[in-house]
Amino acid sequence: MSAITVHELSVDLDHVPVLREVTCAVKAAGWLALIGPNGAGKTTLLRAVAGLLPYRGSIQVDDADIGVLRGRGRARLIAYVPQAPVLPPDMTVEEYVLLGRTPHLGYLSSPSRRDREKAAGAAERLDVARFAGRRLGRLSGGERQRVLLARALAQEPRVLLLDEPTSDLDLGHQQQVLELVDDLRRGQGVTVLSTLHDLTQAGQYAGELALLHAGRIEAAGPAAAVLTEGLIARVYAARVAVTTGPDGHPVVTPVRQPAAS
Amino acid sequence: MNVRGPGHRRRRVVRAYGVAAAFLVAATLVSALVGAADLNPLATVAALLDKIPFVHLPSSLSPLDRAVLFQIRLPRVVLGLMVGGLLAVAGAGYQGVFRNPLVDSGTLGASAGAGLGATLAIAYLSGSQGHLGAGAVPVAAFVGSLAGVAIAYLAGAAGGSGAATLLLAGVAVGLFLAGVQTFILQQSTQDLQQVYYWLLGSLSGATWQQAAEILPYAVVSVAVVLLHGRHLDVLSVGDDEARALGLDPTRVRLIVIAACALAAASAVAVSGLIGFVGIVVPHVARRLAGPGYRLVLPLSLLVGAGFLVLADTLARTVVSPAELPIGVVTALVGSPVFVWILRSTSAVRT
Repeated sequence: MSAITVHELSVDLDHVPVLREVTCAVKAAGWLALIGPNGAGKTTLLRAVAGLLPYRGSIQVDDADIGVLRGRGRARLIAYVPQAPVLPPDMTVEEYVLLGRTPHLGYLSSPSRRDREKAAGAAERLDVARFAGRRLGRLSGGERQRVLLARALAQEPRVLLLDEPTSDLDLGHQQQVLELVDDLRRGQGVTVLSTLHDLTQAGQYAGELALLHAGRIEAAGPAAAVLTEGLIARVYAARVAVTTGPDGHPVVTPVRQPAAS
Repeated sequence: MNVRGPGHRRRRVVRAYGVAAAFLVAATLVSALVGAADLNPLATVAALLDKIPFVHLPSSLSPLDRAVLFQIRLPRVVLGLMVGGLLAVAGAGYQGVFRNPLVDSGTLGASAGAGLGATLAIAYLSGSQGHLGAGAVPVAAFVGSLAGVAIAYLAGAAGGSGAATLLLAGVAVGLFLAGVQTFILQQSTQDLQQVYYWLLGSLSGATWQQAAEILPYAVVSVAVVLLHGRHLDVLSVGDDEARALGLDPTRVRLIVIAACALAAASAVAVSGLIGFVGIVVPHVARRLAGPGYRLVLPLSLLVGAGFLVLADTLARTVVSPAELPIGVVTALVGSPVFVWILRSTSAVRT
């Protein structure tokens, strides 16, 4: 189990500041959801934690500094699932999941029997083993997302970074994927940092939320503290009503402007 | 994984290697047996097997036939195998590096560089000292090919580290070098035919010495490319994810490009420019084994070697005693065959 600590993180992309002195933390085996309007810096924060961007400030997973870790060591610690991954259409599910073993292989070595077993186990766990021989180009949205998670799981990471894991999915599949992630978190102690579009779902699944706005953290904490009508109205420029749902979590409902008459 | 488990995968791998190896052996035998001098097939096979250590077979081949077989035909067959394998492996490697199925060793300025090198050697070295010129062409082509790729790589790396930038820089450098070559040809039109002949590729005049000269480069470059099959598979999911999986895409690209450039340059030095093999053979390999580079690369080596000796057999027999440029044969025969392969295996893809 690993905790993530982000301290005064700043990232510039093409000389434009995208993140400004962001400080946040995820508890070991916790789930922090990054929310915020488009362009707030959510994906940039994830990519910085994944070690894919140059940054100022510090990002630590347990005691290890992300900027100091070398590629393979970092990849054994952190798995990253982008929002729009490149999926070679002719590659089979089995081959793709096996790519997750890459950080565990020496530079010139091939996947061993044990690597194949681990990949098969990850596929089994996410229920994609049934179509292991199918090509990636033939998967439905829900299958695709599970295959992505299976690859990340084959990596045996202690931290899972998920960029919009539920985009392009219908409601049922959204819930299925989020439940799977929560299972991994509780069952294997994986620490999860994700972006999520749907505010109500973010509150239901993630233990804590961080609301990003223009590269800064606007509010952070449990759902009830972050999902308030005032904050959402200001940050998203949206009209919403926040009520309490049957499960006790906040429910964010869009409200239409009364028709002018 | 239950339904199509490891057993299925293994069967497919074995089948693919079996088909490729059978093709290679058949192509080699056909090429060794067919030619201007009519060699007795059985006696020829016996003479060939006799060369294997600890095998002693009497052969009825006459001393003259023996000389034809071992000094004329076999060096050409062996050189054809090497050139075909090198071009196909280089093509497959480039396609993996650039995640683009239409790329081959010519795309990154290698062919244009080789062409320019050969043209320079023919135009400026062969005039007064014909002997020196002939010997300089392979060296100039080899150096030109590597230089073309190096310039393209440096130009592309200056614009960013992405595969697309590199590819565009390669195309630009290739066009530039081709322009320089055309300019030089304009200045010395008497060399046109010699250059033109070289550009279309040929294995005529193949010797054991040529094969021995390129062998070290061939072995090293092919070994390096083959060892990076897994890395090319990781690269196929994009630079970002490759990096997130702990691989340095820029470094892998540099290593594989350098090895592919060396492979193609070795081939070009002894054969001139032979197109088509580098693009088509990897696709045939994919049809046999799927898109994974750990299989596509070795299969390309086998199929490319077989394909080129077959093409060369046609090149030296169809209009015998004259010869066709091998580039013409690979295109004229290879294209229809390729379309047929695409059609007949389309069920695998769609």
